[in-house]
Amino acid sequence: MRLIVPLRGVIQGRGGLFVGSLIPCCLFYFLQLYLKRRRPPPSDPTELPRTSSRTNLFSRGNSIGRVRVSSRAVPVAKPSDSPYYIGLERVKTDPYNRITNTDGIIQLGLAESTLCFDLLQRWMSENLMESMMQSDDGEFDISSIAMYKPFEGLLELRVAFADFMSRIMGGNVSFDPSNMVITAGGTPAIEVLAFCLADHGNAFLIPTPYYPGFDRDIKFRTGVELIPVHCRSSDNFTVTVSALEQALNQARKRGSKVSGILFSNPSNPVGNILSRETLQDILRFAQEKNIHVISDEIFAGSVYGDKEFVSMAEIAGSGEFDKSRVHIIYGLSKDLSIPGFRAGVIYSFHEDVVNAAKKLMRFSSVPVPVQRILISLLSDVRFIEEYMTAHRQRIRDKHIRFVEGLKQLGIPCAESGGGLYCWVDMSSLLTSYSEKGELELFEKLLTAAKINATPGTACYCIEPGWFRCCFTALADEDIPVIMERIRQLRESSRS
Amino acid sequence: MTRTGIYRSRSGTPDSKTSAGNDGGGGGGGTTVMRVIVPLQGVVQGRGGLVLGSVIPCAFFYFLQFYLKRNRRDEPVSESDPANQNSGSSPDNSGSSSPTQSELTGLSRSLSRVIISPRSSGAHVSVSGRANSILKGGDSPYHLGLKRVEEDPYDELGNPDGIIELGLAQNKLSSALVSDQNLIGLSLSGIASYEPSDGLMELKMVVAKLMSEATKNAVCFDPSQLVLTSGAASAIEILSFCLADSGNAFLVPTPCSPGFDVDVKWRNGVEIIHVPCRSSDNFNISVTALDRTFSQAKKRGVRIRGIIISNPSNPMGRLLSRENLYALLDFAREKNIHIISNEIFACSIHGDEEAEFVSIAEIADTEENLDKERVHIVYDLSKDLSFPGLRAGAIYSFNENVLAASRKLTTLSPVSSPSQHLLMSAISKPEFLQTYVKTNRQRLQRIYSEFVKGLKGLGIECTRSNGGLFCWADMRGLISSYSEKGEIELWNKFLDIGKFNVTPGSCCHCIEPGWFRFCFSNLSEKDVLVVMNRIRKVCVTCKSQN
Repeated sequence: MRLIVPLRGVIQGRGGLFVGSLIPCCLFYFLQLYLKRRRPPPSDPTELPRTSSRTNLFSRGNSIGRVRVSSRAVPVAKPSDSPYYIGLERVKTDPYNRITNTDGIIQLGLAESTLCFDLLQRWMSENLMESMMQSDDGEFDISSIAMYKPFEGLLELRVAFADFMSRIMGGNVSFDPSNMVITAGGTPAIEVLAFCLADHGNAFLIPTPYYPGFDRDIKFRTGVELIPVHCRSSDNFTVTVSALEQALNQARKRGSKVSGILFSNPSNPVGNILSRETLQDILRFAQEKNIHVISDEIFAGSVYGDKEFVSMAEIAGSGEFDKSRVHIIYGLSKDLSIPGFRAGVIYSFHEDVVNAAKKLMRFSSVPVPVQRILISLLSDVRFIEEYMTAHRQRIRDKHIRFVEGLKQLGIPCAESGGGLYCWVDMSSLLTSYSEKGELELFEKLLTAAKINATPGTACYCIEPGWFRCCFTALADEDIPVIMERIRQLRESSRS
Repeated sequence: MTRTGIYRSRSGTPDSKTSAGNDGGGGGGGTTVMRVIVPLQGVVQGRGGLVLGSVIPCAFFYFLQFYLKRNRRDEPVSESDPANQNSGSSPDNSGSSSPTQSELTGLSRSLSRVIISPRSSGAHVSVSGRANSILKGGDSPYHLGLKRVEEDPYDELGNPDGIIELGLAQNKLSSALVSDQNLIGLSLSGIASYEPSDGLMELKMVVAKLMSEATKNAVCFDPSQLVLTSGAASAIEILSFCLADSGNAFLVPTPCSPGFDVDVKWRNGVEIIHVPCRSSDNFNISVTALDRTFSQAKKRGVRIRGIIISNPSNPMGRLLSRENLYALLDFAREKNIHIISNEIFACSIHGDEEAEFVSIAEIADTEENLDKERVHIVYDLSKDLSFPGLRAGAIYSFNENVLAASRKLTTLSPVSSPSQHLLMSAISKPEFLQTYVKTNRQRLQRIYSEFVKGLKGLGIECTRSNGGLFCWADMRGLISSYSEKGEIELWNKFLDIGKFNVTPGSCCHCIEPGWFRFCFSNLSEKDVLVVMNRIRKVCVTCKSQN
């Protein structure tokens, strides 16, 4: 007997499974016991208890002890290593200006639009003060804007929001104000939803490439993981159910619980619009797996292509599906170009989610005066119609110009129909077809060409060489400047 | 049967029992090979009990797992196979097919529930566990009272029978002062586009000035150490996220502000350990009590990361003295923990000239060492400026890491640009701040003395207070039973008979029943008389019952 015999059993293949599991298990337990018995006498050699005892030591050694922040704050405090944020920071140090700083870095990394500022300027100068000071009986009462109001947003605002959303989404779908919670922008909306739908350590499936800010918004505080579902250029980066299925199975095999699917429609950074069929497939898949669906529709009104935008709310409301698993994020930062107002909304068909989100709004509600402005802005139907037509038209024009300029340089873009950006294939400029090559190009674009575009790596794209370029904050005369800079970069790297 | 057969053929030497007595790993292999019956005997006989006792259950456990795993593998084999192949092709997931991981999936049986249930399509998708606990929470009398007022608010002309709000700490006395200022300074370019989410530098400078003004310029606040957030609630939430990990705790002297629980616990999972103060000490914070609670918590294995105080204290409205603050800071230093001072009512002082607000920043500044890093201040400029609807709060910290982390977290609870510009245009005039602080003080003083006098006339005493928007009234004489139940009964009478809403002490975690917080700044002088009459009505019914 003794050790040698069971090992022989394994080798001979008889009862291998059984013995093979028993022996390592026993050995492991022995090791543990051995360690356990040995540990107490030589007194805590491990690191863990040390750190807490340090507190005592130092306090007695009088006030040299430096107090520490929580371990979860440490990664937050560290400077970000995502190229997305690096680029944004770099632009701040040296921003391009047509007149005063022609050598500065041009911002193509931030999805904001200045195309319709003239219209907004006009409306604001006419209505801003009245809208804020207005009250129901016509007389201004300071307490109507100064005092506490329900955190989830005034009912008038929710009604106006619902109306506005259904208007920009083509009028095919109506939104119920009671399913709505007004938040201080799209970012808190996503965080609150993630908090409500998943526990710490759970995960969301997310088709890549995805908006690089999600990492921060979701992971920082909620502890929810994001599992990438890779999409490829051959499908024009559209997610497929088989890819979702595969990612879900892998995640489950690893032991992580998947609570939902999160995606942007129109997608960010690619800018393509999901078809009705794709949305139905996703919802059907979610229903089959009993997980949530979060649709980020923050660019719903910035659609400029021929393809029709379909809201997930419409699919959910068709009666074919269980809609309680559908949650929609919307905001005015992109479509109305007022990111400074920080106005967003959570629209959920799940009563519990709505109620929990309402309570959490004590941490990120929209100030009452701002709500007042928004109520009159969104209810001014004539202005909204005029604005939305101009907004779409101007993005379309700018998009054509920008894409045309790139085309002349021989740089193609992915097909897109919405959003404030395009997804540019710069693989012809790469020195090596890899992530490293892409980051090198990103660095070159920043330092040599002085352009900040978001590299695909930051969006977790698996194919190197793609960049997101936001073109809606550019003036027409900026576009030739950019093209010239890219051309020079290409020439210098060739020579 | 076949397995035992295999063993039988190999075993036979009876001396294997002796191997169990050997220490080290060698003996273990020997014992397991013997028939199951023999090791059990070993346990019974008490020889090598520890070793065998651990090995046998472990072996059984593994058996069970293998059994489960084999039975499960049978059906989804077609599904998992392509997944495995694909995982091989994508390099980042190459490890997924290793045997240890497949054992892991076997372990987490509960996960399979998700797979089974959706097949029957009636399955209802559930929210996260932590969202559920939020849904359940928040139904304390504090919130119920606010809801009741919302349904039936008092209005001098429109609804004279409505419920008067005395539970919400908001200042209606001076908001017109702010709005009288030139608010027209708004222009679109400033308010529409993206701006740093932690606040505009110009506004931070004004806020720093306002905070200095509150201390009568004894401290000079540095705008670069300020981070603006959407209200004090999110400031506290962000600070507690940065200072404590989930499961850690803060010490909070009670009675305390009723909002702390929610701000600290809900999303951060940080605990609050109350340190009760008593009326016999005049509700002063005692360091010995703090020390006792600290060591008790430590004994239980809870890690204390800091202490949260309010100055002026909420609900008592007392200003902390320099000595108090020194003692607290010393305590924090001795224990190497953080200290969060909640100074949201720094400008809302109503005491006489001697009453002086001392910010903890002043104490921290006088200390000649690195130790400032543990001091953090929460401020709410919208509240202190009687404009809570604007939702603008601030974190002032001496700790670089905390500031860096908070700046990033403010994207999750930002102050909107119109708010910032409104505040700026309202308060940027230098003479305004002084006027505001002075006028606000006078108005609070007047209402406060009026209110306390009225209560005294009814035989109700308040603790001496000189700051904040509230007074802390001793109504022990009115409660029918000296317990929390009696207190809530009285509170219900206030709502139903008296038609006014106050905050019962139990919401502030006061351990002595019968204390109530009255936020008098909601009232005009005319209203004070109405409230007193209503209180008298309740007093009469209480006395007639007794």
